[in-house]
Amino acid sequence: MANRDVELIGHLMRRAGFGATREQLGAYVAQGYEATVESLLDQTAEQRMGDDLIRRFHPELSGMMGTLGSGENWLYRMATTTTPLREKVALFWHGIFATGYPKVIHGKALSDQVRMFRHKGMASFRDLLVELSQDPAMIIWLDNQDNHKDAVNENFGRELLELFSMGVGNYTEQDVQECARAFTGWTLGNREYMELRSMRDSDWPYGRIAWHFEFQEDDHDFGEKEFLGQRGPFNGDDIVDIICQQEATARFISRHMYSFFVADEPPVPEWPYTEPQDPAAIDLLVQAYFDSGYDITAMLRALFNSDFFKDEAVWYRKVKSPVELVAGVLRLTGEFDRPRKEILDRYQQSIFMGQFLNNPPSVEGWHQGTDWIDTGSLVERINFASQQLGDATKPGVGAMVERIAHTPSVSPEMLVDACLDQVGAIQVSEDTRRELVDFASVVGSPDDAGHGRIAEVLQMVASTHEFQRA
Amino acid sequence: MTSTNREKSVVVIELQGGNDALNTVIPYNNPLYYDFRNNVGIPEGEVLHLDGEVGFNPNLTPIKPLWDQGNIAVINGIGYPNPNRSHFRSRDVWYTCESEKIGAEGWLGAAIRDLDARGENVLTGVNFGRGLPRAMVCKGVPVASVANLETYGLMPDIQDEKSRQYALEAFSRIYGPTETKDIVAQVLSETGSNALKGADRLRSAPGLYSSSVEYADTPISQSLRNMAQVMSAGLGTRIYYTMHGSFDTHSNELPAHAKLWTDVSTAIADFTSDLEEHGLADDTLILVFSEFGRRIKDNGTGTDHGSGGAAFVIGGGVNGGLYGEYPSLRPEDHSEGDLHFTNDFRSTYATILNRWLELDPVPIVHGDYEQFGFL
Repeated sequence: MANRDVELIGHLMRRAGFGATREQLGAYVAQGYEATVESLLDQTAEQRMGDDLIRRFHPELSGMMGTLGSGENWLYRMATTTTPLREKVALFWHGIFATGYPKVIHGKALSDQVRMFRHKGMASFRDLLVELSQDPAMIIWLDNQDNHKDAVNENFGRELLELFSMGVGNYTEQDVQECARAFTGWTLGNREYMELRSMRDSDWPYGRIAWHFEFQEDDHDFGEKEFLGQRGPFNGDDIVDIICQQEATARFISRHMYSFFVADEPPVPEWPYTEPQDPAAIDLLVQAYFDSGYDITAMLRALFNSDFFKDEAVWYRKVKSPVELVAGVLRLTGEFDRPRKEILDRYQQSIFMGQFLNNPPSVEGWHQGTDWIDTGSLVERINFASQQLGDATKPGVGAMVERIAHTPSVSPEMLVDACLDQVGAIQVSEDTRRELVDFASVVGSPDDAGHGRIAEVLQMVASTHEFQRA
Repeated sequence: MTSTNREKSVVVIELQGGNDALNTVIPYNNPLYYDFRNNVGIPEGEVLHLDGEVGFNPNLTPIKPLWDQGNIAVINGIGYPNPNRSHFRSRDVWYTCESEKIGAEGWLGAAIRDLDARGENVLTGVNFGRGLPRAMVCKGVPVASVANLETYGLMPDIQDEKSRQYALEAFSRIYGPTETKDIVAQVLSETGSNALKGADRLRSAPGLYSSSVEYADTPISQSLRNMAQVMSAGLGTRIYYTMHGSFDTHSNELPAHAKLWTDVSTAIADFTSDLEEHGLADDTLILVFSEFGRRIKDNGTGTDHGSGGAAFVIGGGVNGGLYGEYPSLRPEDHSEGDLHFTNDFRSTYATILNRWLELDPVPIVHGDYEQFGFL
């Protein structure tokens, strides 16, 4: 039965990953909490379904010509990887550096950006911002290919400050202009080829080639700039250096991290007017940022080992984002032990719930927290989770049902507790537990100790508040 | 519950991303327009003339007949003081009617609260699309949000009738009234029980609807078709919302903007024909708005974020015509390179709230704003 160690690891896995099966939780508990955090931070031990295998079943995921391919491929990873934090961190950055298909119109470029988040997303924030500024999908998304020495397009320069590093109120309109100037000439190397290709588009078996970054010296403004009180002939990477030195940057990123991994903060536009709910937690993350030289892994280590993260008061405080909910369900159902065409349907479910990967509603990404919940999206969430977890033909669900059937759970109370334990050692409120027990005592025939009744209770567990929360 | 389908309703279409007002209602008679829009302009010969000074973008052709019939009010120069060029901040301003501080209440959410003071109808406001815009969010006010009307409902996969009944009963208790102070639990409970209440009624709507209008296969057309279905089912819905985008045309504006407006104006034209067919045209008002207009001078292939914009109010009950002063294009009149707003969007909101929905607009728009004569 669940105890606090299991439940704490369950909390960690919901936040640092997409939840875990009861068996996996047991293994993590045996390893210990801090060792589990270290194993999550360690990216070398990754095992997952390989792209070679995925592409054998899904040739359409090679070129990723359409809007869905990059997201489907990513969902495979979230559902099968042994290093879920890496995918979670990629999702974190995708929500902040939100880049979308409608403008980029190139799934592979978007997928490449996510791959960059996997490789750089837990490294130095400085390196990440430089990579981001050179990322072809980002260049297209915020028009930096149209940012010229003699015709400045400020879109990237503004969002770099407003959305990607410091937040409004910490820089002037002049800083925006100077920042944009510093990124003139940061463009695409093969733009003409790509334009020609898209005009004469044909279904190449492996899709189009991707864009690549190029620094065009003759289109870069090498002039003197004054940015955030410093003066010099700054280039883009100098600007990133200056941005990273700012207290505002450390606070902005720390607050994002807190909001994503610990407890939802209000939407970003309210930050200049609203104090963080736990200022001491933000201070601790800011400290880790500067002490480590902007190292994101160091910040995550500090976060997951902190008392504020382990505190039961923050458990279940977050609403799972649709993709988190879907990936979490898929990890429990074990459906994707091999590539299956059903991935398309599962992925679309998250779209119906309001989160379309690589297609955020705007450059601001998605509003988090209770903003995920409206009557339409809640209906989708409940229907999906309960349908999937009630389907005992899925290997993971079948296994849960077997394990529950083999434990002596004769009373409805014991049956409910066993189901809650199996879906990841989740806690529910007393009211909810009572309703589940009532439900368990009416469904199925009284002498049916069998599988149908267990599946129905699992289905009901999946439709509780707590299952919708992380 | 009374049959309320003869009551007046409002349809809000948000053009998300910042619609380029200058290329929507085009001041083709002003040479400055062509100076500033050297690359991203609409030639005079293509403009659909309205009054000898300004005209519609040619991609608004499907709704030009509505203008000719006097059913479109164009509000030029709409905006707010100290414009913010951030999409999100500007949308929040339009959503909450607070331009100085962060508002907590959406204006339509507040209108829904006032229209249905006792909270009797969970379908007073319905959003069509993914996610709920903050315009419709108001604490304690249920609003339905529907991605696809045909498949709307809870736990439809449970085949056994009795099991589904048990499950829905358990669901209704788990998501029932709660004493908790936990905000997330409150939101989940309220939303869950409202979903349950609204689902069966909404799902009945497509079955009650028939129409000779064939809508285009675009998201905006499908959303408006779903609205027509809900309207003709008489579920008492008063506020309808949907958005379309992205109008954030920093580059390649001409082809992108053309497609966007073709889709939107085709959808509106089909929708109004459908309303006509169902005898709802005089009881329905459509507001089309965007969070801001775009920079006066183009950037080569597109336009950057600007301020003053254009909104449309469309319907059988509307006094068509041009409202609001068209902002001056003279450089000395620019607001940091943007059109200077000439009228506050809260005037348009107040007009609709007061003269159409018969509500007191002052607490909703947070002030006493002069009203227009389009109603």
